[in-house]
Amino acid sequence: MAATMMMQSRGQNFNEISAQNALVPDWIGTEVSTGTTIMAVEYDGGVVIGADSRTTTGAYIANRVTDKLTPIHDRIYCCRSGSAADTQAIADVVSYQLGFHSIELDERPLVETAAHLFKASCYRYREELTAGILVAGWDRRKGGQVYCVPIGGMLVRQPVAIGGSGSTYIYGFMDSNYKPSMTKEQCLELTAAALTLAMERDGSSGGVVRLASISEDGVERRVILGNALPKVSTH
Amino acid sequence: MERRCLDAQNKGVSTGTTILAATFDGGVVIGSDSRASVGGEYVSSKTINKVIQVHDQIFCCMAGSLADAQAVLKAAKFHLSFHSVQMQSPPQVIAAASVLKELCYNNKDELQAGFITAGWDRRKGPQVYVVSLGGMMVRQSVTIAGSGSTYIYGYVDAKYRPNMTREECLQFATNALALAMGRDNVSGGVAHLVVITKSGVEHVVVPGDKLPKFHDQ
Repeated sequence: MAATMMMQSRGQNFNEISAQNALVPDWIGTEVSTGTTIMAVEYDGGVVIGADSRTTTGAYIANRVTDKLTPIHDRIYCCRSGSAADTQAIADVVSYQLGFHSIELDERPLVETAAHLFKASCYRYREELTAGILVAGWDRRKGGQVYCVPIGGMLVRQPVAIGGSGSTYIYGFMDSNYKPSMTKEQCLELTAAALTLAMERDGSSGGVVRLASISEDGVERRVILGNALPKVSTH
Repeated sequence: MERRCLDAQNKGVSTGTTILAATFDGGVVIGSDSRASVGGEYVSSKTINKVIQVHDQIFCCMAGSLADAQAVLKAAKFHLSFHSVQMQSPPQVIAAASVLKELCYNNKDELQAGFITAGWDRRKGPQVYVVSLGGMMVRQSVTIAGSGSTYIYGYVDAKYRPNMTREECLQFATNALALAMGRDNVSGGVAHLVVITKSGVEHVVVPGDKLPKFHDQ
């Protein structure tokens, strides 16, 4: 407390002081980030989404049970990666816009609409934001869909998408193990396996695996705790 | 634009690369891609061989700065053949790895090179050693390195099994290289593979169009 007040009275930048002052820990000046692994897969009739649960400020894990799967509407979720503040703010804005739009239309919004709303915010403010988002859900028109809105604000629909810092380690695994036309159970197993592998290699991903499956009938959420993670590594 | 050009001039030719080695029942497979690039913008060679023979049954793969790696390997080959003459027997794989490690560690401020060493010797059979950037040396049953390796950690963790057969291991290595080359833009070209067993050495080259294709290709 005393150190903070001293900093404010001298009018100096937090980050400058952190570097010099041994009383101030490094992680005070570091932004909260969901360095993370997120994934979304389409199947016939819905989508499966998954994420790890670690939020870091530098080397400190600020939250080890984070929920990165955020509901935007009844049958539309988003998976957040990048700056925790940025992605929470964008998700709040989009869920407001989508809720309003849905009431105007008097029917469930399309996943494509939600994805375009994310894209609009991420692209317009691309210089200020650090947000990589996967939008996934079910609607009556096109069934299960996954849209990827990476940093920079591009929008692309993909049958399977991965994101976050841990995703680099599982590109090879995904390329070789994903097949089109998988069942919901296969998608859940693949997502849990891929997230487990990424969490074992990426320092910014870890904790528990959160999964959700979205279909016409609703949203089913589950959590796989650390000791129940699938044993995918062979060595 | 100017900043990026300067970057490439200062850094020189670098092997943005994918290299790997894996032990199987009776031998090792060591392999790499074949692309050398300047700053990630220009491919200066499509067919460079990054799997270098340092002795009869010991091969090394290089990663990092091509210039540094070639210089270190040249010195290592000399040291190793001298050592072999002194001991009056073929060098052990760990000797080759240690020579590289000494050079990398003692010159760590100037060098930017990492190596994977694989081979067979009478003492310990098939072995794989990795010497990373600062000069740490570690023996592993399977190891991957280079810029393209980040994309295949998950695949290797899930797919590699100790004591595979020669064919299974060769297929595993080819698949891993193909997956990495498919995602890393500074890895590519052909896949160079070398199989080292008690009976000898076999080179396998898989051209780009014969590499395994995965669902999205």
